[in-house]
Amino acid sequence: MLKYGIKRVFAAILAVIILITATFFLMHMVPGSPFLSERMTDKVKANLEKKYGLDKPLTTQYLIYVDNLLQGDMGTSLQKKGRSVVGIIEEKFPYSAKLGAFAIILALSVGIPLGAIAAINHEKLIDRLVMLFTTIFISVPGFVFGTLLLVIFCAILKIAPATWTDSPANYVLPVISLSFYPICYITKLTRSSMLETLGQDYIKTAHAKGLSAFKVHFKHALKNSAIPVISYVGPLTAFLFSGTFAVEKLFSVPGLGRFFVDSVSNRDYPVIMGTTIFLGCLMVMMNLIVDFVYGMVDPRIKLR
Amino acid sequence: MEKLLEISHLKKHFIIKGEKAGHNRLRAVEDVSFDIYKGETLGLVGESGSGKTTAGRTLLRLYEPSGGSIIYDGKDITKVPIQPYRRKMQYIFQDPYASLNPRMTVGDIVGEAIDIHKLCSSKADRSERIEHLLEQVGLNSEQATRYPHEFSGGQRQRIGIARALAVEPEFIVCDEPVSALDVSIQAQIINMLEKLQQDMGLTYLFIAHDLAVVKHISQRIGVMYLGHIVELAETKELHAQPLHPYTRALLSAIPAFDPEVNKARRRIILEGEIPNPLTPPKGCVFSTRCPYAKEICQQEVPALKDLSCGHQVACHFAGEI
Repeated sequence: MLKYGIKRVFAAILAVIILITATFFLMHMVPGSPFLSERMTDKVKANLEKKYGLDKPLTTQYLIYVDNLLQGDMGTSLQKKGRSVVGIIEEKFPYSAKLGAFAIILALSVGIPLGAIAAINHEKLIDRLVMLFTTIFISVPGFVFGTLLLVIFCAILKIAPATWTDSPANYVLPVISLSFYPICYITKLTRSSMLETLGQDYIKTAHAKGLSAFKVHFKHALKNSAIPVISYVGPLTAFLFSGTFAVEKLFSVPGLGRFFVDSVSNRDYPVIMGTTIFLGCLMVMMNLIVDFVYGMVDPRIKLR
Repeated sequence: MEKLLEISHLKKHFIIKGEKAGHNRLRAVEDVSFDIYKGETLGLVGESGSGKTTAGRTLLRLYEPSGGSIIYDGKDITKVPIQPYRRKMQYIFQDPYASLNPRMTVGDIVGEAIDIHKLCSSKADRSERIEHLLEQVGLNSEQATRYPHEFSGGQRQRIGIARALAVEPEFIVCDEPVSALDVSIQAQIINMLEKLQQDMGLTYLFIAHDLAVVKHISQRIGVMYLGHIVELAETKELHAQPLHPYTRALLSAIPAFDPEVNKARRRIILEGEIPNPLTPPKGCVFSTRCPYAKEICQQEVPALKDLSCGHQVACHFAGEI
């Protein structure tokens, strides 16, 4: 297990190094410059480039960037004068993370039981209903569903706040719209994985021992069906934590996802790079955690 | 001898989705009747798809029977809650690679049955019992903390047996317990099963397609074909005097040790395949492949008749051909 763990950690560190390098050089290959939209003389432009260190060779710039990064400095925003990128992420990320965390909890606590119930009642009415609705709703994008919620609960029923006021009520609709797709997906994943598990001989063994049907399904079958769900939940967590642009925009959540997209259209290079690296690291970390959870959930994986 | 189980007219049909109504009923076990005596080993043989495994599983109500009755120790168990009988009747599965939960340690696999039936009062008692069970099947008691994938096929089958023994059963259905194992390991497991039977006074229903193994371990043998028992007799009697044409064909397929004998003996080769159980033949199920089939065989289902002291055959022309 230790060897497996060390290997995974090294792989994760390597992934982060590649991520930082690729982000840095790709940003420099993108045509255009942060000062493109402002009118200025060549002299002013040269001064600005000197101030931000853009006149130095690319490799030197890269080394400076990595050096700063190691000290926890991602530079300052070009658009919001004087604000550090780290400060912005610190301010915006908690909103996205909170939304994401609630959405994941909701998705798991609805999707897994629903999938399990459908599998246990395979080919019966309840299974067919679950499959029908998940198949229909899985093809509805989150923002369409979000708009629908917004219209119903804010405009018609007027029971949900339409503007961001930082109250817990603000989280309800965005969390539902965010978890909507994952619920459908997790239901389908759990169902198909569980159906496979239920056909295994060791389920018959559990029945033969005299275990109640409930325990056979939820102790033996569900645990053995967890792997596909876990591998989906890792990246999903990173994805939801990083904030989704459409839903954050829709419900005016002051989160990172919305800010990230805005920074792209503003050519705010330090922010784009900082957020990309931050979210990339988050993704790598989540995958690392999933790898360790695999090891805990399935004893056979330890040997690798 | 005292009867432990009386199975009469046992049926197990599976409904197949997507087939036309009237043709969607897979008759895996059709009208099977036999008795099992206390302390004996009854062998059940037949080719793939003959319904041996389904019969064994239906017997323990791992599948719900579609009809008929199973009398265990004087009580019909088809209509009562099965849980108390899980302590008395156990099952050893064919494939030791599939029948153990990969996420549980060996100790828990064996111990779970103990917990369900509350056989041990304390933790120390429980682990002592698990150790004893593992040693009984020739495993090391320290191996209780390991997972199934760390064991070989033969060892896994020993775990499966320890698990079945955990509840101190009276009756065990052994469903081809050695067919997934190497020949050298097969003998070990068979000998162990025989020793356990003597030590614990067990009764076995031994399902197999390997006739040599069944001949070795069973006192009586039942031959199944397409969901029916076509012949049932004591082992010696069946081998010396097979009456059903299907049994004769099966026995003629056993190779002899002496190559000269092998050359001289006449193999009965059956034509065609075992019919589709969705559309079984009318009359005798074996009539489509029987070299002696007459008109009556295609019209009437032959009943299982007792010809001489326990030798039962289902053939219209038993004793004549």
